[in-house]
Amino acid sequence: MNIIVCVKQVPSTNEVRLDPETHTIIRDGRQSVINPFDTYGLEEAVQIKERLGGRVTVLSMGIPATERLLRDAMSRGADQGVLLTDKAFAGADTLATSYALSLGVKQIGEYDLIICGKMAVDGDTAQIGPELAETLGLPHIADVKKILSVDETSLTCIKLTDNGEQELQVPLPALITVLKDINMPRLPSITGVEFSLTAPFHSFSADQLAADTSRTGLNGSPTQVVRTFTPERGGEAQEITGSLDEQAAEILNLIKG
Amino acid sequence: MSGLVIDKQKCIGCGLCAGACPASALTMVDDVAQVDQAACVLCGICVDSCPEGAIAIVKESQGNTADYHGVWLFAEQNQGRALPVAFELTAKGRQLADELSTSLTVLLAGGPGIAGEAQALIAAGADRVLVGEDPKLAVNLEENYAAWLDQVVTEGKPEILLFGATGFGRSLAPKLAARWQTGLTADCTVLEIDKQSGLLYQTRPAFGGNLMATIYTPSHRPQMATVRPGVMPYPVLDETRRGEILACPFPQDFSPLVRLLQERQIQAETIADAELIIAVGRGIGNAKNVALARQLAEKLGAALGCTRPLVDTGWCEYKHQVGQTGCAVAPRIYLALGISGAIQHLAGIAGAQTIIAVNSDPEAPIFAQAQYKIVGDCLDVLKALLAQV
Ligand SMILES: Cc1cc2nc3c(=O)[nH]c(=O)nc-3n(C[C@H](O)[C@H](O)[C@H](O)COP(=O)(O)OP(=O)(O)OC[C@H]3O[C@@H](n4cnc5c(N)ncnc54)[C@H](O)[C@@H]3O)c2cc1C
Ligand SMILES: Cc1cc2nc3c(=O)[nH]c(=O)nc-3n(C[C@H](O)[C@H](O)[C@H](O)COP(=O)(O)OP(=O)(O)OC[C@H]3O[C@@H](n4cnc5c(N)ncnc54)[C@H](O)[C@@H]3O)c2cc1C
Ligand code: SF4
Ligand code: SF4
Repeated sequence: MNIIVCVKQVPSTNEVRLDPETHTIIRDGRQSVINPFDTYGLEEAVQIKERLGGRVTVLSMGIPATERLLRDAMSRGADQGVLLTDKAFAGADTLATSYALSLGVKQIGEYDLIICGKMAVDGDTAQIGPELAETLGLPHIADVKKILSVDETSLTCIKLTDNGEQELQVPLPALITVLKDINMPRLPSITGVEFSLTAPFHSFSADQLAADTSRTGLNGSPTQVVRTFTPERGGEAQEITGSLDEQAAEILNLIKG
Repeated sequence: MSGLVIDKQKCIGCGLCAGACPASALTMVDDVAQVDQAACVLCGICVDSCPEGAIAIVKESQGNTADYHGVWLFAEQNQGRALPVAFELTAKGRQLADELSTSLTVLLAGGPGIAGEAQALIAAGADRVLVGEDPKLAVNLEENYAAWLDQVVTEGKPEILLFGATGFGRSLAPKLAARWQTGLTADCTVLEIDKQSGLLYQTRPAFGGNLMATIYTPSHRPQMATVRPGVMPYPVLDETRRGEILACPFPQDFSPLVRLLQERQIQAETIADAELIIAVGRGIGNAKNVALARQLAEKLGAALGCTRPLVDTGWCEYKHQVGQTGCAVAPRIYLALGISGAIQHLAGIAGAQTIIAVNSDPEAPIFAQAQYKIVGDCLDVLKALLAQV
């Protein structure tokens, strides 16, 4: 059973502060980590591999420094890392990101299952999973909270919905996105850390993937950010004054409308 | 040539952009900002940081947008009833369609009987409802819905297509956006038509609500967005409105790969639709005081809301949690007792009409969102309220 886990590099904190004087975004935490949801995807893949055999590949599109995070994933049970990195991938929205990832998947070759996190904690769109599946012509199941059974031919799982749960079965290959309920990710092992230092790691440029650069990065992104800003604060609140009883009476007046 | 461009004429050499760049791609050379194209990840942060408007991200435009007309939206159902978000979107869609002087079409799909919901959507503002009524659409499954939507949307060519940002909407919409190779903005809280370009400006929170981004899709169609439930106001239905209802059959030859074995609907009680919410935060002090707040809520016919720490400590059940990882609410009155107003909590009360906040800290961020405030002990206020109801 060969599994591809998509992992994204995200800032270690999603706090964005605005400099009160210059109104620019202050980002002191330049430290980055694996998107938390993806660590659950990785753990699930490694558990399946431990039962059924096969190979787990971690795949990311990102800057060259993402190698460190892919090696970290290999210390937690992944067998190889693939990084798509190129100037031509910069500025990608979800459509362009899923196109690039689809080329990475094809480069990796044989696979039975692709696992993505439910969402990335920075972009927050939760769109990459479904878009990547569609680009590859695969079915997908989003928001998986438990895999009930899996073999080379099919997967049965429980998906969390807004109204409850669905128990679904899909023939493989397919793509799933996972929730944090699905497992408890392990810490790196000592042998894992040793392995990760020399583990197979491949990095590919747009050229090497024969990418159509009108579909990658900024050029391949139909959406464009017009502006970003930190959420604005509303106007001045009106103070309710008086004794406690008067304040309570005023609140009740407002409640009664 | 596309990429980051700095207008050397406009640049005053203040260096703000270089300080803002997370990729250290900007340097000051002879008092003019210079970009290292190889290091720049085109995040756009410097564009907003420049006081002179000297920085732009440019790209080659492409695509044919002239053939696409009308505002369309997908009305999601559950068990044969259109969801509240379908009505919220219809009201918003009406407004967008009026601004563009075009018509509003609602896509309604579901099992046998779903057509019965069409008239209510017209009353909410639709000019036309396209109905897909088929046993294969009774349960919300992405492949079947995508097959039907692909057929009607490819034929109808709308310029704008909206979905509710429900679990299902956020799984279905990206599948279609990839199929149609167009842009999709996730989980929007504000939609506006830009007066100059006539394009849909879509504003959404990212970084867990710490940053807002306004996004548009200039040259691909349809312009797609998922819209957060509970943010757009629910419309007043006008039963006298007339509109067109058209049946659009499900493609006969389609069979999905994903198979539903079982569905369990849990009738979760929700405070999402409550008119009046009494909400408590850590400032309430202890579980005994939470019980007092619950009592007040019962007496007023209000729902009880809370912040996440109260769920974490077990003082409240999860169904009461308001915020990014809880419930989004849109009450007429939201009474916040001892709530600091963390961004993740505020994310859930954007739809509240009037917020009354009681907090002992005059600097509490919740006050900046509130229309009315009391700086004081929330327990005292709570007891005074209980004494009067
Ligand atoms: C403020 C802001 C708002 C944005 N809004 C939008 C928008 O509305 N629409 C849009 O199309 N784009 C948007 N983008 C761009 C989008 O964030 C990027 O395209 C990003 O590369 C992927 O989207 P995401 O972070 O939302 O990932 P999600 O779709 O939330 O990620 C889900 C999963 O996909 C996988 N994944 C995601 N990215 C990668 C990667 N680079 N490598 C490997 N696996 C990955 C991971 O498994 C992850 O858990 C926005 C960006 C910013 C900064
Ligand atoms: C990823 C993520 C998701 C999250 N999702 C949510 C979410 O969905 N919902 C949510 O609520 N939070 C969420 N949080 C947590 C959030 O960041 C805050 O920690 C939380 O909202 C704070 O709750 P609070 O206001 O009750 O407590 P605090 O921040 O501790 O505030 C207590 C307030 O009570 C005031 N106070 C103290 N004593 C009194 C008194 N006697 N009378 C009056 N006022 C008093 C204090 O001045 C203070 O302002 C999330 C956090 C993260 C990181
Ligand atoms: S777009 Fe982002 S990475 Fe590029 S120069 Fe501006 S701030 Fe730096
Ligand atoms: S912020 Fe604008 S004006 Fe200031 S150095 Fe950068 S480009 Fe020049």
